[in-house]
Amino acid sequence: MIKFLFKGILRDKSRSLLPIIITAIGVSLTVFLSGYIRGAMGDMIDLNARFETGHMKVMTQPYLKNKDQMPNDLALLEVSDLMDKLNLDFPEISWEKRVRFGGLVDSPDSTGLTKSQGPAAGLAIDLFSENSKEVDRMNLAPAIVQGRIPQKAGEALISEDFSQKIKAGLGDDVTFVGSTMNGSMAFQNFNIVGTVRFGSAAMDKGAIIIDITDAQNILDMEDGAGEVLGYFPNDVYDNDEAEAIAASFNADYKDSEDEFAPIMQSLKQQNGLASLLDYADVMSGMFVAIFVFAMSIVLWNTGLLGGLRRYQEYGIRLALGEAKGHIYKMMISEAVLIGILGSILGSIIGLAGVYALQVYGIDISQFAPQNNMLMPNIIRAKVTPDLFYIGFIPGVFAMVLGTALSGIGIYKRETATLFKELEV
Amino acid sequence: MKYAIILLAILGFSFAPQQYPNADTIIKNIDDNMYSNSLISTSKMTIYGKRNNRTITSKSYTQGSTKSFTEYLAPAREKGTKMLKLEDKLWIYSPSSDRTIQISGHMLKQSLMGSDLSYEDMMDERELTDIYNAKVTGSEVIDGRKAWVIALTAKVTDATYAKQKVWVDQERYVPLRQDMIAKSGKLLKRVTLSNVQKISGRWFPKKMNYKDMLKQGKGTDFEFVSIQFNPKIPVHIFSKASLKK
Repeated sequence: MIKFLFKGILRDKSRSLLPIIITAIGVSLTVFLSGYIRGAMGDMIDLNARFETGHMKVMTQPYLKNKDQMPNDLALLEVSDLMDKLNLDFPEISWEKRVRFGGLVDSPDSTGLTKSQGPAAGLAIDLFSENSKEVDRMNLAPAIVQGRIPQKAGEALISEDFSQKIKAGLGDDVTFVGSTMNGSMAFQNFNIVGTVRFGSAAMDKGAIIIDITDAQNILDMEDGAGEVLGYFPNDVYDNDEAEAIAASFNADYKDSEDEFAPIMQSLKQQNGLASLLDYADVMSGMFVAIFVFAMSIVLWNTGLLGGLRRYQEYGIRLALGEAKGHIYKMMISEAVLIGILGSILGSIIGLAGVYALQVYGIDISQFAPQNNMLMPNIIRAKVTPDLFYIGFIPGVFAMVLGTALSGIGIYKRETATLFKELEV
Repeated sequence: MKYAIILLAILGFSFAPQQYPNADTIIKNIDDNMYSNSLISTSKMTIYGKRNNRTITSKSYTQGSTKSFTEYLAPAREKGTKMLKLEDKLWIYSPSSDRTIQISGHMLKQSLMGSDLSYEDMMDERELTDIYNAKVTGSEVIDGRKAWVIALTAKVTDATYAKQKVWVDQERYVPLRQDMIAKSGKLLKRVTLSNVQKISGRWFPKKMNYKDMLKQGKGTDFEFVSIQFNPKIPVHIFSKASLKK
């Protein structure tokens, strides 16, 4: 039966070509746009997780309220005890201390006076510990443009763009000017041992990266850290698990009277990422819904045209005694086959487009030169397993729905008038 | 009829607009008290933090409105830090890094040592009459002292604050409170002045509380330990070389 229908579809191209093309276009668009949104959102979330939010983040409650100001006067203290507790309660998670700080980086001339300077966004991570995964997590090695990763106190990485702005290169000493945790002035000379480019305007504008022990010394944060970030094994985010861990941790401090009690947030609870993730899901759902709706109408119309073209054929089949239900079932079966062919073709085209955009990406840096949001400069699509069916199922469904609607006309034909209609 | 005329006359007087003194004269009197050609002072600045308080001691030399030099004496973390202001430029020397760094642009709006004062607040030594047009808007009692309420509006483009509202002691001509207001009308800072003493023939408030109204907390207390008006200050004090000495 299927073979018979299949031969009919292949031999009578006027019966199948247009529906296959329409289905393929719809499926390929759905697959491509879903892959694009998933890739763009995934990259943004991954970038946020690595640089800013972690999969979970622990801060003090007042720090959380003012976190955009990098308020190190509200930082976590006695952080070793907190790390011990986190490692004991959640041993599968990798917990890392970080300090974010702002200030001025000043580059001196030969006489020691200011040659140039610029505002810096500082990030202190564990660069020196043997077991630290921070260097890999931050992709520091591939991000290095010149030089190397700091190996001892007093060494710093700065972003390549920032180094050009303040006219300070490899081997040059620069001075960081900022405020300690207590508000005192902080001055510290650093030797630039490397420059980096992360591919995010927000990071590349004025980043300086130092070891966390340096930051603790400069900012008077003995056994302190602005934030403790948690990462799942293999750095793969699991929202349900992250929210469960955060809820369990926060329950321990629910009744705490300490103004500076710690609080944990999952990645999705930070930086408005919840709305971004929901937005991505809604957009994908909308593509599928619009596709099914629009394609069904188009294919309904196509089915009606096909029905008109095959009016005589159906009439003869009915006149020969074939049941209306059988003809209808044959039409639906034919639609399933056409839908499958169109969806396979559309999925292949869509996936090829997604793969091409995954490899080459779209450079948006020129459109957002002043962008402070942590987002990648190159937007890439991503081939994910669900793309193999996200367009396929609606493609078949739309074809079947369109045919089912147009095929209803079969039941309106009267056997008594068939011969008159057919002018036999 | 006679009584009616008397009554109308009384009512007329009571509803007549209140006569205020000339605002320009008032702010000129303030300038005479608060500013001098030169000044040497030692002061203590107490900064109230969320977790701890800090008191910073410094010695300052000021010449006119364009030159000033400050050396921080205590605590140990700040000791040896020096600031030099020449015209609209500010340099800071830090002994820990042995560097002299120029502070400019938006950094001047940043907090001075974590206090509620900004570098700009510290740098602006100009007299009120040079920066603002004044208008007396009322009379109030502040801490038991009768005060004129004066509205100041900047007449120069580079004023740190576009507007000020100042409560001036009607007898001593020193400000008792100053509200620093942005062009939009938003209250940015409030300075409360107290411990008014007569020093070298002029009234002077030895204690001030600066409160950044955009931040929480008690603000920053600034207290003069000693003050000398119009002393002779060696010229070399106001040079970059003195920063490293």
